[in-house]
Amino acid sequence: MKLKKGIPLIDQHDQFGFWGKRFGGSFIPETLKKPVEDLTEEFKKLRKDKKFIKKRDYYFKNYIGSPTSFVKLKNLSNHLGGAQIWAKVVSEANGGAHKIYNATVHALLCKAMGKKYIVGDTGAGYAGKMLSMAAKKFGLKCKIFMGAKDIKRQKPNCDAMKKNGAEIVPVYSGSQTLVDAVSECMRYWVSNCDNTHMCVGSTVGPNIFVKICGWSTAQISRELKLQIKSEFKKIPKKIKLINCVGGGSSAYGFWSEFIDFNKKQIELIGVEAGGPEKSKLHAAPLSRNAKIGVLHGAASYVCQDKEGQINTTESISAGLDYPGVSPIHCFLKDTKRARYTYATDEEALNAHVMVTKFENLNPSLEPSHAFAEAIKIAPKLSKDTIIIVNSCGDAKKDRDILKERLGKN
Amino acid sequence: MVSLINEAFRRARDAKRPALITYTVAGDNSKKKSLDILKSISTHADICELGFPHNTPIADGGQIQTSAYRAIKNGIKINDVFKIAREFKLSKKTTPIILMGYYNMIYQYDENKFLKKCGSSKIDGLIVVDLPYPENKSFSKKCKRKGINFIQLVSPTTSNIRLKKIIRDSHDMLYYISMLSTTGGKLKVSPQNILKNYFKIKNQNKSKNVVIGFGITGKTIKSLKKADGLVVGSAICKEISKSIKKRQNAVTNVTNVVKRLKNKIK
Repeated sequence: MKLKKGIPLIDQHDQFGFWGKRFGGSFIPETLKKPVEDLTEEFKKLRKDKKFIKKRDYYFKNYIGSPTSFVKLKNLSNHLGGAQIWAKVVSEANGGAHKIYNATVHALLCKAMGKKYIVGDTGAGYAGKMLSMAAKKFGLKCKIFMGAKDIKRQKPNCDAMKKNGAEIVPVYSGSQTLVDAVSECMRYWVSNCDNTHMCVGSTVGPNIFVKICGWSTAQISRELKLQIKSEFKKIPKKIKLINCVGGGSSAYGFWSEFIDFNKKQIELIGVEAGGPEKSKLHAAPLSRNAKIGVLHGAASYVCQDKEGQINTTESISAGLDYPGVSPIHCFLKDTKRARYTYATDEEALNAHVMVTKFENLNPSLEPSHAFAEAIKIAPKLSKDTIIIVNSCGDAKKDRDILKERLGKN
Repeated sequence: MVSLINEAFRRARDAKRPALITYTVAGDNSKKKSLDILKSISTHADICELGFPHNTPIADGGQIQTSAYRAIKNGIKINDVFKIAREFKLSKKTTPIILMGYYNMIYQYDENKFLKKCGSSKIDGLIVVDLPYPENKSFSKKCKRKGINFIQLVSPTTSNIRLKKIIRDSHDMLYYISMLSTTGGKLKVSPQNILKNYFKIKNQNKSKNVVIGFGITGKTIKSLKKADGLVVGSAICKEISKSIKKRQNAVTNVTNVVKRLKNKIK
C-alpha cells in the first residue's frame, strides 16, 4: 500500500472506489447505483468547470468568509513551554465550523442537478445547521436526520436549523446518535432519490461522498499553506498538524495540501474520541485497533463485534461519536503517513478549560480533543517545532454540556 | 442438475400461479420460534427467505428493522442462522431456502467460510442487499461454484445497459424492486407500471425467474400475479410484532397470513 505524490488523496482510488485496494468502495443497494453514478458524473464534470470553480470560490469568500485566521496561541505556548502552538481558526467560518464547506458545495451540486430537495445527516448538529443555511441560501427544501440523543444534547444547533426552515427528523432507532441518523438518511434517499439530493456530512459513505466532502474541506489547507508561507517566509522544518477525527472531514481538509511532504517535516496527527475514562466504549476505530468492516456504504476500520454488528459508541462530543471513519484516514494510517491517537472525554474537557483560560478562543468539544493532544506533547518538543491545531468548531453548541460538566455558563 | 429454486418456480408455473416467497428474520422473536414459523409457513410458501439480521440495515423499513433488532436482542448469531436453516431443511427437503442480509456479516465471517457453511446447511440461494453489480462479480462466481444461487437485485433506477449486464451475470432468479423505497413501504406505483417494468426485464431472458418484492401485502398481491414470483416480508414481520404485542401465537397468526396471501394468487 503506497501513497502517490502529486495526486489529491481523494483521487487515489481504483476503479471500484477503493483506496489501498481495501478502504472505501460503494456498498450500496441497487436503487442507489443510478443516483450515485449520476452524482459521480456531475461532480467529475463540474470540478473541471471553470465557471463552477469560480462560483465555489465566490461563495467560499463572500458567504463562508474565507480565509479563516491563523493565529499564534502565545499564552498557551508560554504556559506549556516547548513547541509553539498555533491555531487555524476554522470556527470563524460562517455558521461556526468547517461543515459549511461541504454543505455549500452540496447545495451547489444539488442546484446544478436540478433537484429541489436536499437531505443530510448530523451528529453535533453542525453539518445539519450548515446544510440548512446553504439550503436557505440557495432556495432548496431541506430535511435533516438527527439522533434523538443528539437533538437533546446539541439544542443550540437544532434551534438554528429550525430557524433556517429545515425540518429535523428525529431518529429513535439504535443508539439514537449519528450512526442511526446516517442510516435513516440513506434509507430516506433510497425512497426519494428521484427528486432529492443527499449530502453526507463527512468524508464517509459511498466513494463519491468521500470525494465531494474532501474536495470541499481542502480549502482549509489551501489557505493554511499560504498563511504558513507568509508567516514564516517558508515552510518550517518541524510542523505538527493536529486535528480531531470523527468521520474525518476537517482533518482531511486540514492536511490535504501537506500529505506529499515528508512526515519528518510535517507530521499529521489525528485525535479520535476515547470516550469517558471509566467506560469501555469509545469512538476511536483507528487508534484502538478496530477491524475493517462495511458501514454506510464503505469499507473502513469500524467499531464492531466479531459478527459484524456495529458497536455502540460513547463520546462527550457528538461530532466524533461515530463507529466508523473515513476510508482515506484508514489509508493514511496503513501507509503510516498519519498517526492516530485518542483523547478521553475528561482530557478534552480539561483542554477546553485550559485553552479558554489562556486564549481568546472557544473551541467546541471536537477540536478540544485535538488540543488535548497538543497540550500533552508540546512541553516535550523543541521551541522551533510548530504545532498547528485545527480549531474547527465553536463551543456555543456545547453550552448545555459544558454547563453540566463544568458548572459554567 | 436443476436447482431447487428452478424446481419451485416450475411447480408454481404448472399450477398457473406465481411462486409465493416469504421473508422472515432468523431469531425473531426467538431461535425456536423463528424455526417453527418457517416450518409452518412453508406449507403455503414455495420459497423461504431467511434474513440474517444486521443492526445497521440501510435498505430496510420499520417493520423489518423491528424484527431484526428483536432478533439481535435475543442473542441470534450467524451460526444460529445456519442451524435454523439446516434444521428447516431436514424436514422440508424440497423447499428452497435463501439467506438474505448485509455484506459486513459475510465479510466478518469470511466469504469462503460463509459459503462453505451455506453448503453444509443446504442453503439454496443468497441475497446481499449492499453488494451490487459489478462489485459482486467475484462473490457471485464463488457462489456458483458452490452450487448456490446468487440473486441479483434490479430496481426502477437500473439503466438498460446495466440491466443487460446484470441479467447476463445472473443465476436462476432475479429480484425486481417494485419502487423507490425501503422494504415495507406503501406501494406508490401502480401495479400496471410495475408489471410493465417487470416484463421489460422478463422478456430479455425468459429462462430467468423474475420475482417482484417491496410493498407487497394482502391488498396488492393479486394485482401482480402475472409475475414468476412475489415476495412478502414486511407484512409478515408486522404480523409477528402484532402477535407479540397481543400475546397471541405468532406461528398460527403468521401462517394464516401466508395462507391468505397464497389463496389470493391461486
